[in-house]
Amino acid sequence: MLKFTINNVIREQLKMISGTNLKKFLLIVLLGVALSACATTKKQSGKMQGDVYTGNDTVEYLATGVKDRVFFATNKSTLTTASRDTLRKQAAWMRKKSKLKFTIEGHADERGTREYNLALGERRANAVKDYLMTYGINGNRLSVISYGKERPVNSGSNPLAWSQNRRSVTIKAN
Amino acid sequence: MKKIILVIFCLFIFKASAIALVEVDITRGNLDPLPIAVSPLHVESGSKDIKQNGKIIKNVGEEISKVIEINFKRSGLFNPLKKESFVQNPDIAHVKPRFEDWRLIKAQALVTGKVNVSEEKLRVEFRLWDTVAAKEMIALAFSTTPSNWRRVAHIIADKVYQRLTGEEGYFDTRIIYVSETGPKTQRYKKLAIMDQDGANVKYLTLGNELVLTPRFSPKNQLVTYLSYFRNLPRVYLLDIETGVQEVVGDFPGMTFAPRFSPDGEKIIMSFAKDGNSDIYTMNLKTRVVEKITDHTSIDTSPSYSPDGKYIAFNSDRSGLQQIYVMKSDGSKVKRITFGKGLYGTPVWSPRGDLIAFTKVHKGKFYIGVMRTDGSGERLLTENYYQEAPSWSPNGRVLIFYRETKSDSEGKGFSAKLWSIDLTGYNERLIETETDGSDPSWSSLLSK
Repeated sequence: MLKFTINNVIREQLKMISGTNLKKFLLIVLLGVALSACATTKKQSGKMQGDVYTGNDTVEYLATGVKDRVFFATNKSTLTTASRDTLRKQAAWMRKKSKLKFTIEGHADERGTREYNLALGERRANAVKDYLMTYGINGNRLSVISYGKERPVNSGSNPLAWSQNRRSVTIKAN
Repeated sequence: MKKIILVIFCLFIFKASAIALVEVDITRGNLDPLPIAVSPLHVESGSKDIKQNGKIIKNVGEEISKVIEINFKRSGLFNPLKKESFVQNPDIAHVKPRFEDWRLIKAQALVTGKVNVSEEKLRVEFRLWDTVAAKEMIALAFSTTPSNWRRVAHIIADKVYQRLTGEEGYFDTRIIYVSETGPKTQRYKKLAIMDQDGANVKYLTLGNELVLTPRFSPKNQLVTYLSYFRNLPRVYLLDIETGVQEVVGDFPGMTFAPRFSPDGEKIIMSFAKDGNSDIYTMNLKTRVVEKITDHTSIDTSPSYSPDGKYIAFNSDRSGLQQIYVMKSDGSKVKRITFGKGLYGTPVWSPRGDLIAFTKVHKGKFYIGVMRTDGSGERLLTENYYQEAPSWSPNGRVLIFYRETKSDSEGKGFSAKLWSIDLTGYNERLIETETDGSDPSWSSLLSK
């Protein structure tokens, strides 16, 4: 999609420069390449560490500074350092909002068999629940549901999309 | 679904003959399908048209022959010959075929028949002929309600298949699957049921809640599946004749990956609690629940051997998804997959000698089969994404679903049902009105 647009830009530039000298032409082409590089970076502002998503593109906030989700490596339910940091902030906020209950949704990417992914999503959501409980949140306030690979946030079939879909999301339940 | 009543009026058992009659070898990829002529069934005078779902079927004899031909063609074992080349009238051919005429168009087998439709009865008679040996191989007659005419066609195709291959057919069967519509991030999923050839689609749920993994009972009128009704993912039981549904058991958490035991009396499934999935059974009569596996890993996708003595299942107790086999009481657990990659969705074949599976290796998905001890792995098809094989009742064909890649807007995504022969040949798309996934093949509806 992006490539296609750039090609069009270059083609139009070629039309414009027909008759001008080569130096100018090269300059414009280089400019085009530079622009396209910018566009690429912007489009993929999300980052990954290993195959764990570390960006914020899909993240929503339960309160200021309290992210609603954490991300996982392929086939794993281990919490990363960044995930634990997010969850400690969730726990601190939950302690203040003692009347609120929460649902923790566990999700998997599309690159696994459906039934295994249901189990994996459940395991991920429980990893989050357990961690919140160790930070003083009563288990009665936390329910867990796995969607397996059924509810991706990113429809793409690429490593970045999959990393955004391997997630556990904390949602207010009341 | 109305129960079909088949009355077999006459059964002329083929006469034993010294001449070797025509036969089809189904144990190998068949690159040379048997040329067969399916004569339109002769409609007797005074026969009525069939009215069905607002449509009028004028020449049901011809329609039946078309359904038979499509079954034959899709099986990959037969090559139905073009009707334009037929020289003999259907009524005369059914009484006494001029074999030399049929041999001339290279037909090695010939199906003939006649039909009679009255208000509430459809009577069909058919014969299978060996044109080379100039012999009758089968002669059968059925009577049923007129709306069942497609089933009659499937039954005829099954009888011919059985006579020529020596194995039971699979045409008079149905497929239950999940119909999918909507964007990838918010798919609407409904249970759908259709005849094996894609006809007579019926939707069994409305799409209000997510439904997954329907599986037929060996007794056919029951289906077990996973529903997210009221956001509580639980295994359900559905009677497709009455529409009555119920939750299976009373589990304080997600139950999933259900299948019936071969006698239809139990449901085996996973129950997830505190991040750990184990395998349980519930007896549908006594309601007794038994825990079969007890391990801190994920144990799921259980499937019984046809004699009910063993269970194949999926576990990541070794670290990653592999296939294991155990006795049906949960003892003697043995890992059977040691190849490169991950293995999931084991499904025991109806013959008991093979386990079909999904394999994931280097970003590709494979449907394959192996012996029940894990030896003799054979990969039948490779693709971007495919899984969930289900066996035809005769164990010769596997149906599964395949998904395509999509861009970040979800464009290019589709989920479709496919079938492939155990030989690895004859891969075919099964056309459905909507996208489809999680197919499950029924047993033969009539035996």
